[in-house]
Amino acid sequence: MSESMVEVRNVTKVYERGKQKVEVLHRLNLEIPKGDFVALMGPSGSGKTTLLNLIGGLDQPTGGEIVVGGSRIDQLGSGALAHWRAHNIGFVFQFYNLMPVLTAEANVELPLLLTRLSAAQRRKNVAVALEVVGLADRAKHKPKELSGGQEQRVAIARALVSDPQLLVCDEPTGDLDRKTAGEILGLLQVLNREHAKTIVMVTHDPKAAEFARRTLHLEKGQLLEQAA
Amino acid sequence: MLAQALAITGLGIRSIPERWAPSLVIVVGLAGVVAVFTALLAMAAGFDSTLKATGRSDAALILRGGSDAELNSAFDRDSTDLIKEEPGIAAAADGKPLASAELMVIAELVRKDDVRNGANITLRGVEPAGFALRPQLKIVAGRNFTPGLRELIVGQGVLKQFQGAQIGDVVRMRGSQWQVVGVFASGDAHDSEMWADINVARSTFGRTGSSSVLAALDGPGGLERLKSAVAAEPRLTLDVLREQDYFSGQTKQFRQTIGFLAGIVTAIMALGAVFAALNSTYAAVAARGKEIATLRAIGFGGFPVVVSVMIEALLLSLAGAVLGAITAYLLFNNLSVSTLGQNFTQVVFDFKVTPQLVARGLVIAVVIGMVGGLLPALRAARLPVTTMLREQ
Amino acid sequence: MTRAGFVIANLFRKRTRTILTLLSVIMAFLLFGLLQSVNTVFNAGSDFVGAARLIVQARVSFTQPLPISMLPKLEAVPGVSRVAYQSWFGGVWQENTPLIMFSLDPQRYRDVYPEYVMPDAQWQAFERTRTAMIVGRQLADQYGWKIGQKVPINSNIYPQKNGSKAWAFDLVGIFDGKDEEWKKRTNLAFIQQDYFDEANQFGLKGRINFFILKLIDSKDAERISRTVDAMFENSPDETKTMTEKDFNISFVKQIGDIGLIVRWILFAVFFTLLLVVGNTMAQSVRERVPELAVLKTLGFSDASVLGFVLAEAFTLVLVGGLLGLLLASIAGAMVERGTGGQFQLSLDLRVWLIGIVAIVLMSLAVGLLPALRARRLKIVDALAGR
Repeated sequence: MSESMVEVRNVTKVYERGKQKVEVLHRLNLEIPKGDFVALMGPSGSGKTTLLNLIGGLDQPTGGEIVVGGSRIDQLGSGALAHWRAHNIGFVFQFYNLMPVLTAEANVELPLLLTRLSAAQRRKNVAVALEVVGLADRAKHKPKELSGGQEQRVAIARALVSDPQLLVCDEPTGDLDRKTAGEILGLLQVLNREHAKTIVMVTHDPKAAEFARRTLHLEKGQLLEQAA
Repeated sequence: MLAQALAITGLGIRSIPERWAPSLVIVVGLAGVVAVFTALLAMAAGFDSTLKATGRSDAALILRGGSDAELNSAFDRDSTDLIKEEPGIAAAADGKPLASAELMVIAELVRKDDVRNGANITLRGVEPAGFALRPQLKIVAGRNFTPGLRELIVGQGVLKQFQGAQIGDVVRMRGSQWQVVGVFASGDAHDSEMWADINVARSTFGRTGSSSVLAALDGPGGLERLKSAVAAEPRLTLDVLREQDYFSGQTKQFRQTIGFLAGIVTAIMALGAVFAALNSTYAAVAARGKEIATLRAIGFGGFPVVVSVMIEALLLSLAGAVLGAITAYLLFNNLSVSTLGQNFTQVVFDFKVTPQLVARGLVIAVVIGMVGGLLPALRAARLPVTTMLREQ
Repeated sequence: MTRAGFVIANLFRKRTRTILTLLSVIMAFLLFGLLQSVNTVFNAGSDFVGAARLIVQARVSFTQPLPISMLPKLEAVPGVSRVAYQSWFGGVWQENTPLIMFSLDPQRYRDVYPEYVMPDAQWQAFERTRTAMIVGRQLADQYGWKIGQKVPINSNIYPQKNGSKAWAFDLVGIFDGKDEEWKKRTNLAFIQQDYFDEANQFGLKGRINFFILKLIDSKDAERISRTVDAMFENSPDETKTMTEKDFNISFVKQIGDIGLIVRWILFAVFFTLLLVVGNTMAQSVRERVPELAVLKTLGFSDASVLGFVLAEAFTLVLVGGLLGLLLASIAGAMVERGTGGQFQLSLDLRVWLIGIVAIVLMSLAVGLLPALRARRLKIVDALAGR
């Protein structure tokens, strides 16, 4: 297969809740090649969101190594990690994606404030991203004027706008109805097949997982048999 | 209706500890407004009451014509003797007119709180009748001055604010030395003065006449008779005033200035407090939004909701007002200060935090509380229940 | 959109709350501006005067007049270049508007106060005409007086020989100040001492309120003051000599510690404001925890997020503070015009500077804690709702 996008080697994650220590991930190993579209499934408490957070550089493992796009990210300080995230990852969450005080296009422009692009260039990139998700005509609307599905599209446009290699999605359709969910997942497929984005998606919905190329199951912090 | 309102209010008040931050804003904001307002007006009230207490309604103060303060007044010995003979003046026990010629001289002492700059105080040279005319004045320490000697008695206000005026101290005035032999208390503006024998003062300072004459009036028509007599006498160019009127007139400018200042400061602070209260009450309504919406969905009317929000705002405002009044009282009541009086000499007075003042502060707090509570209350009552639930 | 645009957009999250908070800030700084300039007027308004002039007054009180016969002795003191004198007239315009009015010797005064500027012809008219009066530009503008007018002035202390307290003077000159500071001091009126001395019923008769000594070198101020006072010690007219600046200050000190009162009031006001705005900022951050977390996921560093919150606090306090100071400026200028320069309440540079410092400090005070909280927030916990 093509080279790896994500390599997770012997990763352990332990949380301290007061006096208690909870081991959420236990010596996990995982490989995601470039261009893959992986669905992570598992019951609540299985650690799938934790794994996603580690791959996305939102958190650090307690033990083990994580390599994304050729870089070791498990040893980076929070400042370096922030910088890395800005240039390498796009996120889509279930809720809270958008700033309610900004328009759709301003929301999409937000990550570009971290680059050296000029205002004109930023506007161009934003327009392209909105075009890709099919929302160019809603650019000037505020989130409260958009439907749930449209909000997620804007979130996806924002995730794309810095042209990252890897998209990380945490239950992106969890809050949407079946039809809209299907549209969003279809969009993700397009991004994967036609724009070569590697996508890792956490979901609890088997129907959503069908849109991915393969599905991985987690239980109690460990990967079960990998289904092809 | 009332029961509903009280029920909702009870619920609201019990949840105040959770919303302690916005509630604290109202309390502190109002405490500030009331404290400042009370303090400023206590200052004016203190000055006012000190001067108002001065002066009798049955005595006349005679000044040189055209002078509006004892400082500016000076008339010669002949006029002094002449005026005492005029009708309208009561007689003393020995048959002589009950009148005291008095001489005002400006002296300088060092303040206790500001040693670099001296301040002016009044030395009043008096005749023995001066004591008879002021029965409220009593020697509280030491003894009275001996006529014919350069001795002083000082008012208790002088002792409070100035250095170098204790019994036994020597005060230097224009090259002459005077010994302080006693302290007097009179409960009015005279407490800011030093007294001496008028004849000694005259000879020391090269004066022959007086600044003023204080005379007891003989009955209700006495003032009129004295005034007409003086007007008719070509040798006398004098003004005759009721003593009390003279002193209360003196405070007018100070009262006006302070009143003006206090008014402006309080108005601006009150406006600020209204905005702060509005802010907090809106926040409180938003925080209780779900609870209020649920109550309304259950069937509680809009009006009880309005009442409960306003009662809450009012209670917090009153709490703040009481806090402010107590602070002002503890910090300022009976605080002794002095300022420039009409004669360009110091007048010592105490801040007076009176019940009326406190009441006025509470009224201001109530008004602010009501204004600050009204709009949010109306909003809580009228907004559709669904909108309120969605905002959570 | 820019980072600044983002900060401002966030301020309008809850528009009512922002506006009410802004109004509170405006009120606080309005009061601050007015009270500080009152304070400045009372305490520091004499800084520009310098030490080149000394005021000699009677030791006991400046209300006690000194004999003009002291003049030659004062002129003879080494280091004194010129001596002038003036007396308080106590003039009242119309019913009850008090004027700052003195009687003096025109030529001497002109020599000692070169900061007042008036055409030669007008100075000469002042010297020649016994009933002449000159007034400052501010006063003339205030009451619409024109040269050539006969202005009726009452005195609340001195009647004329005929007993009437109504005087009238010929306005022969209007003087200006040489620079901004002195222009503010043109709210005075002057008449001739000789005329006044002769025409008033009681007659200070050869006595004046104080002498003004112009020094050759201001460094001699201390020495000359002591020399003069020593000269008249133990005489019936003991003197107290000090620099003009100290004279102004000592007068104010007698009124009371205005600075202290102002400080107390402002303390109460700013303490409350701190609570109001601090509460707003704290609430604003608390509501936005998930959004701040999302910002961090996008790659904004912890420091940038702190920066956003501080910028928000700063913008709020800055806009409110500047508006408040501006309102104070306008109000102060109106009071100044309305009272003919008697209450010089317009805000000067110093008050603005102190105001800006107050704005910065208040922004930090209200913004720092919420900003630190935003900086510390952990993405993972915030997104999970913890």
